[in-house]
Amino acid sequence: MSLQPVKFYQTGTFTVGNRLLAPEERSVQANMQRTSSLNSGHRACQGCGEALGARYAIDAAMNATNRQLIAANATGCLEVFSTPYPETSWQIPWIHSLFGNAAAVATGIAAAIKVKKQKGQGGDVRVVAQGGDGGTTDIGFGCLSGMFERNDDVLYICYDNGGYMNTGVQRSSATPPAARTATTMPLGPEPGNVFDQGKFVPAIAMAHEIPYVATATVADLRDLEYKVTKAMGIRGARYIHILVPCPLGWGTASHDTIRMARLAKETGIFPVFEAEYGEVKSVLAIRRPLPVEEYLRPQKRYAHLFGKSPAVATIARIQALADKNIRKYRLQARQGEH
Amino acid sequence: MLKQTEGSHAVAEAVALCRPEVICAYPISPQTHIVEGLGEMVKSGDLKDCEFINVESEFAAMSVAIGSSATGARTYTATASQGLLFMVEAVYNASGLGLPIVMTVANRAIGAPINIWNDHSDSLSQRDCGWIQLFAETNQEALDLHIQAFKLAEELSLPVMVCMDGFILTHAYERVDIPTQEQVDAFLPPYEPRQVLDPAEPVSIGAMVGPEAFMEVRYLAHAKQMQALERIPQMAEEFQAVFGRAIGGLTHSYRTDDADTIVIAMGSVLGTIKDVVDEMRDAGEKIGVLGITSFRPFPIAAVAAALKHCKRFVVLEKSLAVGSGGIVATDVRMAVTGMGLKGYTVVAGLGGRAITKKSLHALFAKAGRGELEPVTFLDLDWQVVNRQLERERQTRRSGPAAESMLRDVGTVASKIA
Ligand SMILES: Cc1ncc(C[n+]2csc(CCOP(=O)(O)OP(=O)(O)O)c2C)c(N)n1
Ligand code: SF4
Ligand SMILES: [Mg+2]
Repeated sequence: MSLQPVKFYQTGTFTVGNRLLAPEERSVQANMQRTSSLNSGHRACQGCGEALGARYAIDAAMNATNRQLIAANATGCLEVFSTPYPETSWQIPWIHSLFGNAAAVATGIAAAIKVKKQKGQGGDVRVVAQGGDGGTTDIGFGCLSGMFERNDDVLYICYDNGGYMNTGVQRSSATPPAARTATTMPLGPEPGNVFDQGKFVPAIAMAHEIPYVATATVADLRDLEYKVTKAMGIRGARYIHILVPCPLGWGTASHDTIRMARLAKETGIFPVFEAEYGEVKSVLAIRRPLPVEEYLRPQKRYAHLFGKSPAVATIARIQALADKNIRKYRLQARQGEH
Repeated sequence: MLKQTEGSHAVAEAVALCRPEVICAYPISPQTHIVEGLGEMVKSGDLKDCEFINVESEFAAMSVAIGSSATGARTYTATASQGLLFMVEAVYNASGLGLPIVMTVANRAIGAPINIWNDHSDSLSQRDCGWIQLFAETNQEALDLHIQAFKLAEELSLPVMVCMDGFILTHAYERVDIPTQEQVDAFLPPYEPRQVLDPAEPVSIGAMVGPEAFMEVRYLAHAKQMQALERIPQMAEEFQAVFGRAIGGLTHSYRTDDADTIVIAMGSVLGTIKDVVDEMRDAGEKIGVLGITSFRPFPIAAVAAALKHCKRFVVLEKSLAVGSGGIVATDVRMAVTGMGLKGYTVVAGLGGRAITKKSLHALFAKAGRGELEPVTFLDLDWQVVNRQLERERQTRRSGPAAESMLRDVGTVASKIA
């Protein structure tokens, strides 16, 4: 009889919580010395996933670079809510130029740093560019692709909340099918955002064969911190795409932000993986895939799918997309894995 | 050192002597030879401690420049025409943020219809973008103005465009005096930024500013340009002290002392105008020229002073304010408000149309007789225009206008009178 290893849910994982971990194993966020790069007092909505994601990511990047970090920010919610001057929430050198040029501005910063270092006038400072999905997958896409293609020493972080939230929740190329936005209203024969459109930029980033591409969600702090830390240990162009639920745009409760992000991952709607030089190297496995309905139902942007007569066919199409992600990225944990 | 070289190459050498730290480049005629020259110098190691970045668009070029300049690096780029328009949002952003980027604009027409030849529509479309705009008359001036541009930009924390006529200057081989590194170093101190992205002293740059301070921030940009009005002439003197050449300044007067008619222009056409003026002077005409080097800031007082004793002025400009008339002329008229002068606007040389001595002779003579229209289009082929207008009267589906007019002209090569 073969032995089957028994794994208790919590042992060997970080879910035991910080108290039972050695200090060096604790998350950056759990560290009293964390930088709080995006400090409290900003003007994000309650439960804003983008604020959470940025805080996690930039603190981790600061930790990984010995606080030698400069950030370039695209126009969008993160930029607007963080710098209602004369107040700024940023504890790091930070620049906002335009909506569509964060990647290029970061390239310029990296170039300047390189020359200064060469001349002995500056240290090893690293660069992060960040923007929303609109600023990344749409208007900033040319600059992003250029930065990738040149393999500039920049980590670009996209905070994907599936729409142009700062201008009042309009459709972007990252808005998922069927979702209601101000420009894809739940009207007509195909209510909400149409199917067979949009793009998944992590896959396009991989096609540039850059050293590192990863996806993450705000539901898994450990994974997010690990990926940012890893990215900062690599030179060249890197891309992390973080799913950040937006209570305002999604019509979800403020306290459900992390739950929504977890459901996006657990349903296969949002594949969480990392890739090196265009090849997927690891995925966050889904133990028991949940039906997409569990993810869709709490969100008002999908309310039109759950009226008196649920839009069964549409829900099935979304389920098919999630299933495809699970197949494509091999997300389902095989027995014995977790 | 005296050297027979191409205008673009002279500019590339001047920029290299300024020890730029980041150069970003996207190709567009007639700017290409400048950035190609610089790229070569960086790649060969002749220009050290400089990053040369081949970007994917002009919008990226200016955006990269914004990032590097904000990180304290001396930054240069060059563009023209469609390229300048493609980067406009970032052009305004660079000046709004107060970043001392230097950019060459190899002046070229703007389409449609697409046209690669010279006029001033591109930089003049950016009249109000907040950059200082200096126009070169010769290749020597183009070269020298770049050295002054870095100093001016960095002193004032304002970006500077050095505008030089595409092809006419950029592709012309002329003798130029290329300064030594020691001379440039003596004139241009290392860049000391007012604001810099530095982990040792974190600042936030580019925050949102509402009605409470926006007017003041914008006024500051204007005030800086007013400072530039004072600094530009001083800088020309400082330049002369080191390099021994009188280059730069706000305006240049030529034979204007007792002139009844003063012709005002910018860029390389000044050379042709001066030749015509010499010939007219020989014939006893009291005519002179005022060249404008600094278009932004516009030297209102200097222009007014230069025109003080004349009877009439002719603004000859390679640009058109469609639906209004002249762009430079509007500023000149503002400068001479209340002086009781007769003023003429002449739109000339659009899209590379040759401005000949013959046409200028006739034009200035007509102005002298008081017979010039307030707005004149020099050497306009009325026949071609009228035929097109007639065509449009006759049929609704008259087709693409530019193509029909080209067919009427019947030539393929550019028309040189
Ligand atoms: C060139 C330009 N076009 C449009 C805008 C208007 N605009 C500002 S923020 C924004 C939406 C940002 O969406 P996204 O990048 O997804 O970030 P989010 O606000 O959702 O975090 C838009 C459309 C702009 N500032 N600049
Ligand atoms: S609209 Fe959405 S992304 Fe913007 S601050 Fe509110 S929750 Fe955050
Ligand atoms: Mg968004």
